[in-house]
Amino acid sequence: MNSIGKSPQRIDLLEKVTGAATYVDDIDFGARLLHAEVVESPHAHALIKSIDTSAAEKVPGVVRVITGKDFPYRFGLYMQDRFIFPTDRVRFVGEQVAAVVARDAKTAKRAAKLVKVVYKELEPVLDLTKALSDELVLVHPDLGNYTRCPWFFPQAGTNIAHWRKTRKGDVEKAFKEADLVFEDTYTVPRYSHCAIEPHVIVGLYDLTGRLTLWSASQSPYTQRNVMAQALAPLGLSHKDIRVVTPYVGGGFGGKAGVSMEIICAALAIMVKGQPVKVRWSRAQEFYNTYQRQGVIARIKLGVKKDGTITGIEHTLHWDAGGYVEYGANVVNAVGLSATGPYRIPNVKIDSVCVYTNLPPSGPYRGFGYSEFHFGLESHMTRVAQKLGIDAVEFRKKNAIREGDTLAYGAKMNPCGMQEAIDRAAKEIGWGKKEVSKDPNKAIGKGFACFWKAPAMPPNAASCAFTKFNEDGSLNITISGMEIGQGLFTVMAQVASEILTVPVEKIRVELPDTDRNPYEWQTVGSHVTWGCGNAVKAAAEEMRGKIFEIVERAHGIRRDSLYLENETVKCRDRADFELPLRDFVINGIQTKHGNFLGGPILGSGMFMPEFTSALSDPETSQGGHPNVHYTVGAAAATVEVDKQTGKMRVLKATLAVDAGKAINPELINSQIVGGVLQGLATVLYEDIRFDHKGKLLNANFTDYKIPTSLDMPVETVPIIIETPQPDGPFGARGVAEHTMIPAAPIIANAIDDALGLRMKTLPITGEKVALALNGIDYENVKGSTMGFCYVGHADAYKFKTSAKR
Amino acid sequence: MKSKSTTSRGIRAAITLKLNGETRRVDVEPNDILLDVLRESLGLKSPKIGCEQGDCGACTVLLDGKSVRACLILAIEVDGHEIATLEGLTADGLTDLQKALLEHNSFQCGFCAPGVVLSATELLNNHPTPTEEEAKEAVSGNLCRCTGYKPIIEAILAAGRKR
Repeated sequence: MNSIGKSPQRIDLLEKVTGAATYVDDIDFGARLLHAEVVESPHAHALIKSIDTSAAEKVPGVVRVITGKDFPYRFGLYMQDRFIFPTDRVRFVGEQVAAVVARDAKTAKRAAKLVKVVYKELEPVLDLTKALSDELVLVHPDLGNYTRCPWFFPQAGTNIAHWRKTRKGDVEKAFKEADLVFEDTYTVPRYSHCAIEPHVIVGLYDLTGRLTLWSASQSPYTQRNVMAQALAPLGLSHKDIRVVTPYVGGGFGGKAGVSMEIICAALAIMVKGQPVKVRWSRAQEFYNTYQRQGVIARIKLGVKKDGTITGIEHTLHWDAGGYVEYGANVVNAVGLSATGPYRIPNVKIDSVCVYTNLPPSGPYRGFGYSEFHFGLESHMTRVAQKLGIDAVEFRKKNAIREGDTLAYGAKMNPCGMQEAIDRAAKEIGWGKKEVSKDPNKAIGKGFACFWKAPAMPPNAASCAFTKFNEDGSLNITISGMEIGQGLFTVMAQVASEILTVPVEKIRVELPDTDRNPYEWQTVGSHVTWGCGNAVKAAAEEMRGKIFEIVERAHGIRRDSLYLENETVKCRDRADFELPLRDFVINGIQTKHGNFLGGPILGSGMFMPEFTSALSDPETSQGGHPNVHYTVGAAAATVEVDKQTGKMRVLKATLAVDAGKAINPELINSQIVGGVLQGLATVLYEDIRFDHKGKLLNANFTDYKIPTSLDMPVETVPIIIETPQPDGPFGARGVAEHTMIPAAPIIANAIDDALGLRMKTLPITGEKVALALNGIDYENVKGSTMGFCYVGHADAYKFKTSAKR
Repeated sequence: MKSKSTTSRGIRAAITLKLNGETRRVDVEPNDILLDVLRESLGLKSPKIGCEQGDCGACTVLLDGKSVRACLILAIEVDGHEIATLEGLTADGLTDLQKALLEHNSFQCGFCAPGVVLSATELLNNHPTPTEEEAKEAVSGNLCRCTGYKPIIEAILAAGRKR
């Protein structure tokens, strides 16, 4: 292959290195651009009694003040539970209740402070126990009336937004047959995406009634669709809405779906004819887009003496925040896959999505898998210890294989789980104890496996248009988004492989829903696979047209033709050579002077027709909700200072089964970047809310993400290639996966170094130091919290008052 | 020289600065932030708005050759000084650093790139062949959420080796 498996220079990189790359906030809209500032709720849970906008409206330069009275609509991707502006009730600190649109940003900010909102405070739901108790305070009293997708099961009259139950075999029997049954509780707090570019969107509702949005988004088509649904009462339809997405300064799931963007759409409609910009501050970025939801999870694992797993019971209660229109699907995805990458005959999973009065939850790189892998992979190591079996051998023995029956009844796709385990173990020097020269420091090694499937509706489709230019160069339009992962380069490589046009002669265009074809969303690490299949189909269509026109013009059978070096060649006639540039626009001239053919265009589409989300709600059996899983294994060597608890990652390695590495360097960069993002959730990022639900560290001073000084000493990427039969050239996605095993490899390494088992994230130096002094952090953590359970994790009762 | 005038928006002053080698005059209010003036009044979009409080480094520019955060500086403070942004760096073609960043596929989303390039440029101007620790230190004020920093550090070191 000429282009697949190579690592050319990224095709978007020159723009980025020169400063030419344009992001939404860089587009000039001229002097008429209006600026918006939202008025935010200071309460986690309150009724809105009145909103007085009169003082703000009098400020010179204020164009309009907008409240829920103007837009009493709900919206949402999977469940329409979120408000453009809430009319009667606020559900988290920082929720927008009104917005001021003004000629300049300073005026908007000043006037927003003059909007008077009278609230009646309600008891906030800040504790999962309380949220699920009989004395219910309801976050969404109208839950039963919300429109939702059919595979969600909200329970009206409770705070349960969704409950995914998966049942296979008989776990009770499995535990009876087991030689060892071990159970424990693991806690993972909330996290923030921290893309460096804040959310920003400009909307223009022009004088013809056309709404154009320039949006920092991973999901142009989904944004258009969600907005069209929400704004339908105003008479807008899909064709009236256009979403344009320039480069995005980091997404990680935070810019998927629709969160704050809906506000801009509403404001634009209210100031017809003038563009209006809504740009989130860094603080708003933390509390009013999506957060990664917190979870408390109970794992019960039954094993035979020889290490065979007989059954798993995995119960997860998710603190999903005030709105779960996207986050409920995270809970759903975990409910289907919380076995981890293991063959387990008896499975009982309960993944419960609980409304709380904390910020809305949603997609974040890993989509719930990072959260449950922390507990599961910590547990796997602990069970191996109890059995006296090596932690890597224990995993290998139970590792999932192609054809195994998954928890929901479908079959496992081809995967290189065994190879990934072997190679990660070899790379880290598993079994070889390392000793620090410094007597104050201990070194330990940790290991974990991982898997993840894209969580998509069964009809999530990808499309591509391709066209030649006069010189034989090629333009590809897709609506898969370049969010940094390198999609455009990979799509160029896919087309290049089919058409033999070099990557540097291919442009891939940023999405615009007016001209680029449909893509569901750039999420779930599915675009290399889905969008790649679409681009491949488009390129193949072009190749077919090329051969057809050459056959007609030259009388050479098309099945004897092939492409090489941008030239049509013939297997039967070595002398025949026709460069693409000679005819892909202008056609081929005959001896009569006329031309045959004309501009060669391609279109391609891919939708996974074999998937289905329909299944028995009590067992999840019967459907095929996931297209495939990507698997892998990771390991770390960690040095811990026994006095300060400070940890240093001496080495991290991660092996992932990419199916086929279309661009190995881009996969390596996903691994190196994703591992550090994952390590940050263990070692640095420590979100805190006060006892009234206010986020205390909504900035980079107090919420620490890694700098260049926090890199692991060494990170070694390993690529496994077990082809995905329905992937482009065998490829499947890897991007999210690289973050997933970071927490358990560190937790397991700390245990190996010091014999300390940390069951609550993050694992900061402070916690390790306390633990080394025999102090349980859970007992001294005070009233600030990282998620919606304040008590001692071990005391949490996994009970709900709901019947289901 | 500053010339002052009063408008409906408040007191304004004209400042003069050397921006990417060119002398520019611009009207500012006393509380205008340099970052906003560069982006809105002077049309230079490479310094990015990431946190507006000096944490992320996306707005890094060179003030008299030293990297500073444009979000923490009042525009009026740079009257009579030199400011360099990424747009100016490329005026005579790509620098060795930029070429090395391209060769190492150093960025993903690219939002931190302008700040990283300027911080690393300052480093290479002062220490043409930096050590790995110096390279890490130099860009430690530029947050990158995508890359894990490894390809950035490797590119800086490679550019240094070319000197």
